[in-house]
Amino acid sequence: MTRKNKRLVMIAGGLAFLGVAAALVLTAFEDSVVFFHSPSDLAEKPAAPDRRIRIGGLVEDGSVERGPADGEVRFRVTDGNATLPVRYVGLLPDLFREGQGIIAQGTLVGGTFQAEEVLAKHDENYMPREVAEALKKQGYWKKEGAKP
Amino acid sequence: MIAELGHVALACALVVALLQAVVPLWGAAKGDAALMAFARPAALVQFGAIAVAFGALTQAYLVSDFSLANVAANSHSAKPFIYKLSGVWGNHEGSMLLWVLILALFGAAVAAFGVNLPESLRARTLAVQGMIGVGFLAFVLFTSNPFERLIPPPLDGQGLNPLLQDIGLALHPPMLYLGYVGLSTTFSFAVAALLEGKVDPSWARWVRPWTLAAWTALTAGIVLGSGWAYYELGWGGWWFWDPVENASFMPWLAATALLHSAIVVEKRGALKSWTILLALVAFAFSLLGTFLVRSGVLTSVHAFAVDPERGLFILGLLAIAVGGSFVLYAWRAPTLEGGGMFRPVSREGALMLNNLLLSTAAATVLIGTLYPLALELVTDEKVSVGPPYFEATFVPLMIPLILALGVGPMLAWKRGDLTAALSRLWVAASLALALGLIVLYLWGAPVGAALGLGLAAWLAGAVLTEWAERVRLFRIPLAQSIDRARGLPRSSYGMTFAHLGLAVFIFGAVGETFFSREVVRYVVPGDRIEIADRTLIFKGVETREGPNYQIQAGVFELDNGDVLQPERRFYRAEGQQTTEAAIRPRPMGDLYVVLGEPAGDGRWTVRIYMKALAIWLWIGGALMVFGGLVSLADRRLRVGAPAVRRTPLPPATAAVGEAD
Repeated sequence: MTRKNKRLVMIAGGLAFLGVAAALVLTAFEDSVVFFHSPSDLAEKPAAPDRRIRIGGLVEDGSVERGPADGEVRFRVTDGNATLPVRYVGLLPDLFREGQGIIAQGTLVGGTFQAEEVLAKHDENYMPREVAEALKKQGYWKKEGAKP
Repeated sequence: MIAELGHVALACALVVALLQAVVPLWGAAKGDAALMAFARPAALVQFGAIAVAFGALTQAYLVSDFSLANVAANSHSAKPFIYKLSGVWGNHEGSMLLWVLILALFGAAVAAFGVNLPESLRARTLAVQGMIGVGFLAFVLFTSNPFERLIPPPLDGQGLNPLLQDIGLALHPPMLYLGYVGLSTTFSFAVAALLEGKVDPSWARWVRPWTLAAWTALTAGIVLGSGWAYYELGWGGWWFWDPVENASFMPWLAATALLHSAIVVEKRGALKSWTILLALVAFAFSLLGTFLVRSGVLTSVHAFAVDPERGLFILGLLAIAVGGSFVLYAWRAPTLEGGGMFRPVSREGALMLNNLLLSTAAATVLIGTLYPLALELVTDEKVSVGPPYFEATFVPLMIPLILALGVGPMLAWKRGDLTAALSRLWVAASLALALGLIVLYLWGAPVGAALGLGLAAWLAGAVLTEWAERVRLFRIPLAQSIDRARGLPRSSYGMTFAHLGLAVFIFGAVGETFFSREVVRYVVPGDRIEIADRTLIFKGVETREGPNYQIQAGVFELDNGDVLQPERRFYRAEGQQTTEAAIRPRPMGDLYVVLGEPAGDGRWTVRIYMKALAIWLWIGGALMVFGGLVSLADRRLRVGAPAVRRTPLPPATAAVGEAD
C-alpha cells in the first residue's frame, strides 16, 4: 500500500468514526439532556409527564411528611412564588433540612414531582472540585437558577 | 516566621522557573552547552524551593497555626493528625501548592534521570516544563496564596468538611495530580521535539516511561476516587459521569491512546505527528480539567464560592499552552518525516483503531461535559447532561474497542493475518458466546448484561490466549514454557495485566449495573429485612463518641451472626452530619447498609443494597495499575540501565541494545 493510500484509509477511517460519534451524540442529546425548571416555571407551563427534568428551590417549612409506603417522603419545594409538591422514595441527603435549598431530578406526574434523586445544597466553603468530588454527589449541588 | 519563609521560597521558585524557561532554550538555539546545562540544576532547585514552601504550609497545618487564613478556614485543632496532614491539600490554595510541587517533581525527575537524553532535547524539555511552572507559580502567588496572614488570628479553625475527613483525601488527590500533572512531562517532550524538528523511535522510547508513569498514577487516582465515592457517599455509586469525574477521565483516555500510539512510533517509526498531537491534547485536557474545577464555570452549576479572577487566570494559561503548542504543531508537524508503512490489518492498524476509538470517546465525553456550559452561555437555558447521554455515546464506542483489543496483540507488525489470529481465539470466542447465552437465557438477564459479560469473557480469554501463545503453552514441554514465561519482557507482562484488569473491571461494572438489588425501609428494632437471599435483623441504634464527632450506630445482625454497624456522624466543629455505610464485601457482591434519618415513632430509614460483583471493579482497577507498574519496571525503560540480554546478540543489534 502506498503512503497516499495509507493516508486515505486513515482519513476515511477517522471520518467514519467521527460520523458514528456525531450520530451517537445527536441521538443521545435528543433524549438525555435534562432541563432545569423552577416551581414558578412549572406553574406557568407544566413539563410533559414523560420528560425527565430538574427542579430546585427551598424545602417549605413544616411540609416534610413520611410514609405511608416504606421510605416514602413527601414535601413541598418553593421558590417564594410558587410551590411544588414532591414525592421521593429513598434516603435523603445529610444536608436535607426544611428551609434548605435542594435540587431534585425526576418527572412531573399529575402535578406532583416524582423525584428519583434529591440533592441538597452545600455550605459556602470552597473546595477544589476533585477533592470535593464526594460532596456534590452526596447532594451539595445547587443550580443558581433556584431563587429562594 | 516559617510561613514567611515558605512564601519567600515560593517566590524564589518562580524566579528560578523563569530562568529555567528562558536560558536553556536560548542555549539550545545557540548551541551553547553551558547555557543548556543550566536546565538541570534549575529544575532541581525549583523543586527544592517548592518543597520548602510545601513543608512550611504542612507545618502550619500540623501545629494548627490559625494566624494563616488558609489554615483557619480549613482546619481545626481537634482534628486527628492524619486529617491535619491531608487537610493541607483539602482546599483550593493548598491543593494548588501540591499541583506545582508535583509539576516541579516531574521536572526534577527528568533532570535527575534523563542523563541519556541528547543535551538539546533535555534543555528544551526542561525549559517547557519551566514555562508551565512560571504560569502556575504565578497563579498560586498572585491569586491563591496559601501563606496569607489573618490578623487577629481566631481561637480555632472552621474545620474541614467531614466528608473529606477520610483516608481517601490522603490518597486520592496526590495520586490524581501525579497523573495529570505528570502528563506535563509528555507535553514538554512533545513541544521540545517540535522545536527540534525531530521525532524518532528513540524519542518515543524516552517519552514512554513518563507517559506510563503518569498513566499509572492517573489510573490509580481515578480508581481511588471512585472507590472513595463508593464507600463514603452512602449511595453505592462508583461513577456518576459528573463534570469533575469527566475532567479526570478525558486526560486518561488521551493518555491511554498516547501510550499505545507511542509504541507504534517506537517500533515502526509511524504515526509520529499523531503521537505528538496526542501528547499535546492529553495535557490540554489536564489543564481544561484544572480550569473547570477551579475557575467557577461550574459554579453556575455547582455551589462553590470561587473568585472569578482565578478562572480568568487559568483560562489565560490554558489559552497560551494550547494555543501556543497547537500553532507550533501546525507549523512544525508537516516537516516530520513519515515512518514505516503498514497494512490496515496489522499490529499498527489495530493500535490505530484503538487510538481512533479512544479519541472519539474522549471527544464525546468532552461534548457532553461542555455542552451545558456552552448552552447556558448562549441561551441562559440551564440543562444537565447525565449518565444516559454517556451511556448512549461512550459505551457503544467501547464495544468495538474491546472486540479489537482481543485480536490486536495477536496480529503481526506491518502485515497481519486476521483469519489466523481469529482461529487462535476460538476458545475465547466460545467462552464469551457461552457466557452471553447463559446470562441471556438461563438467567433471563437483559441483553446489555449478556453483551457486557460476554465481552469481559472474550477479553479475558483473548489476553490469556495471547500469553499462552507467547510461551507456547502445551505445544512445547512445560519446563520450556516456564522458561519462556520467565524470559518474557516485563512490558509484555504489563500489557497482559493491564488488559486483564480491564476485562475484570468490565465484569464488575456490568455486574454492578445489571444485577444489584436495593431495599429502602422504615424499620423499628426487631424488624427483619430480606435482600438477595440474605436476612438482616435491625437491633436498634447505639450512641457513641468518636474522636471529633458523635456517632449513632445502627446495629444489624446478619443471618450468619455477623454484625454490621452503619453510622451517622455529627461533627461538632463543622456542625455537619455524615453517614458512614457498613459494607461487607464478598466475591459475588457487597452487602451495603446505610442508616438514614429517624422517621418518627421510633422508626429509622434504612437503605440496603446488594452491590453485585462490585469488588471486581477495584480488583480490575488494581490490576491495571499493577500492569502499569510492571511495565514501568522493564529494564528497557529505565533510562541509564544497561541492557542485559540472556543470549549474546549479533553485533548489528547489539548497537541498538546499547542505545537504550
